[in-house]
Amino acid sequence: MNAPSALPGSVDATLALLTKQGYLAERALATVTFLSLRMGRPLFLEGEAGVGKTEIAKALSAALGRSLIRLQCYEGLDVASAVYEWNSAAQMIAIRLAEATGDTDRERLSHDIFAEQYMIKRPLLRALEPDAAGPPVLLIDELDRADEAFEAYLLEILSDFQVTIPEFGTVRAAQPPIVILTSNRTREIHDALKRRCLYHWVDYPSAERELAIVKSRVPGISAKLSEQVVGFVQALRDQDLFKVPGVAETIDWATALTQLDARTLTPQVVGDTLGALLKYQDDIARMQGDTLQKTIKEAVGDQAS
Amino acid sequence: MPDSTTAKGQIADNIVGFARALRAAGLPVGPGAVIDAVSALRLIDIGNRRDVFATLQSVFVTRHEHMLIFAQAFDLFFRIDDDWQHMLDSVPLPDQARKPPPPAARRVQEALSQRETMQSKDSVEQDVQLSVSDQEVLQKKDFAQMSAAEIAEVSRAIARMQLPQAELRTRRFLPDAKGQRLDLRRTLRGSLRTGGDIVKLHRLGRIDKPAPIVALLDISGSMSDYTRLFLQFLHAVTDARKRVSVFLFGTRLTNVTRSLRARDPDEALAACTAAVEDWSGGTRIATSLHSFNKLWGRRVLSQGAIVLLISDGLEREVDERLTFEMDRLHRSCRRLIWLNPLLRYEGFQAKAQGIKLMLPHVDEFRPVHNLKSIEGLISALSAPTEKGHRFSPKSAA
Repeated sequence: MNAPSALPGSVDATLALLTKQGYLAERALATVTFLSLRMGRPLFLEGEAGVGKTEIAKALSAALGRSLIRLQCYEGLDVASAVYEWNSAAQMIAIRLAEATGDTDRERLSHDIFAEQYMIKRPLLRALEPDAAGPPVLLIDELDRADEAFEAYLLEILSDFQVTIPEFGTVRAAQPPIVILTSNRTREIHDALKRRCLYHWVDYPSAERELAIVKSRVPGISAKLSEQVVGFVQALRDQDLFKVPGVAETIDWATALTQLDARTLTPQVVGDTLGALLKYQDDIARMQGDTLQKTIKEAVGDQAS
Repeated sequence: MPDSTTAKGQIADNIVGFARALRAAGLPVGPGAVIDAVSALRLIDIGNRRDVFATLQSVFVTRHEHMLIFAQAFDLFFRIDDDWQHMLDSVPLPDQARKPPPPAARRVQEALSQRETMQSKDSVEQDVQLSVSDQEVLQKKDFAQMSAAEIAEVSRAIARMQLPQAELRTRRFLPDAKGQRLDLRRTLRGSLRTGGDIVKLHRLGRIDKPAPIVALLDISGSMSDYTRLFLQFLHAVTDARKRVSVFLFGTRLTNVTRSLRARDPDEALAACTAAVEDWSGGTRIATSLHSFNKLWGRRVLSQGAIVLLISDGLEREVDERLTFEMDRLHRSCRRLIWLNPLLRYEGFQAKAQGIKLMLPHVDEFRPVHNLKSIEGLISALSAPTEKGHRFSPKSAA
């Protein structure tokens, strides 16, 4: 890990910081990131799957030399797996030991077994603790998968950066962590939560930016192939598909093509690897035959001959 | 209003009457509130109409969306006459005469006119008798053949219906004595009271919550006799449950969930009408389903939703796209219930091409043309909703 560095002083500095980590952000995203860092407000990123919402948290933590604490949300996520849990087995042994040594002071016993050493800390609690490298980056990923009850719980943590544990007391962050929340919009997140954050919709990148991303993330890809790959993916995004490919899929596909030593897009090689881009059978079926030929022609177009 | 000997008596009578009117207009006003209102009015100067308004409002209104109804009822009930005349002279009245009445006004008017018909005992008895037989007739009467008054009656009946909470097991836990999981944390805390001996095992059980409901309502011309009542029904559903999404479609799809939520029914329906551009136009079911699947499917169906498709299925452009979209919709939800008012005809047969194409892709095919069928629907919503438990469309029809 790099030495902890200071927060960027301007939008340009933020952009440069992210670029250094190989994250090629749109300027608007750099702007909200900068604001979120300076204002100490959580950053709420929404957008289709695979547009780089999670990546930015990783890039930020690497660029600033902070540790990355990730909370992956899922349906049924509760306080025990998101914040803390007591190590009941260890507590039970402690009680038995106290009994065996004839210690019957209940007050002290209860104080002892609800001490920090019996606490299992989960991501949200860890994010509130002081870190040598400075406040960590807390990534709350795919919040739309958690249920509303958990969302309501987050409201409290995100506004005060503190957690109250009945047996233990209140844990408050000396310096609030850098919080990034992401959502794929499989359901709407409540306005109350959005209001506490800076909101940004992460869109698919432009062809130019996507080309730069492919070149930086897929080493050894030829200039010609990368242009064709991006051209094809961009053309796919204009098609009436159930799920159009994101940047992550573009990188996957480009990697797959270089592994196959493909020099240029041909119907054969595209047909064989389409599964790296499209994840629905209906979409793959729609892209067979003439449509595929036509889209490849569009992508390869002027550079083919 | 009866003449009374003392001013106090008159106030009490008026407040009782006013509370009754509010109740008829749909506000939850209990007898306790009436007592509170009378004692509160004793504390203020009832010569000031604005103070009276504020006082009564603070007692009778408990939800923000009821404010409008209350204000209208207050204006109508405490009309400018006799006693109030000189008091009201000083109060500037809002200039409402030129504006069209807001959507709730009609209901308040009805509520207040009811009060007058209830004056004499004879008419009360007659009313009761009428309403009993009315109930029976209304239960089975087709929505399309109802008079305005009957529709109003049915709307009220729909609003009164108790929606069951079709339960979904979640992966979250709550303290529950009969639960399957041991709650070690509470057990340990409990054990400390006895110096470390575990006397009682605390348990956790899974939390149940209602399944999300997604309604797709056809508002094309052929459905126009029904749309208002269905909207009323969907409003009642939206009000009673947390996760409900409502979409209207004719030639295009409109999401009206926000318009329906947390508002007075009349106001909500007016907001829906305003939001939709193609009211009572043609039907393009395939196109509408396509945009639903593409734009909303992943967002509103992801948590095991039950889909109510309310349509007569009379589609002009019938092709394989309809099959495709119905199939996709069917595969992405927990249960797809098709509600079709055409099923009111006894010898109904699925002859229309569109209906034929759509039928294989629904879990349930139900009639919705009268109160009784809506009640049937409500009980169906509380039935087990396990995926894989399929209903045969033929037997349901």
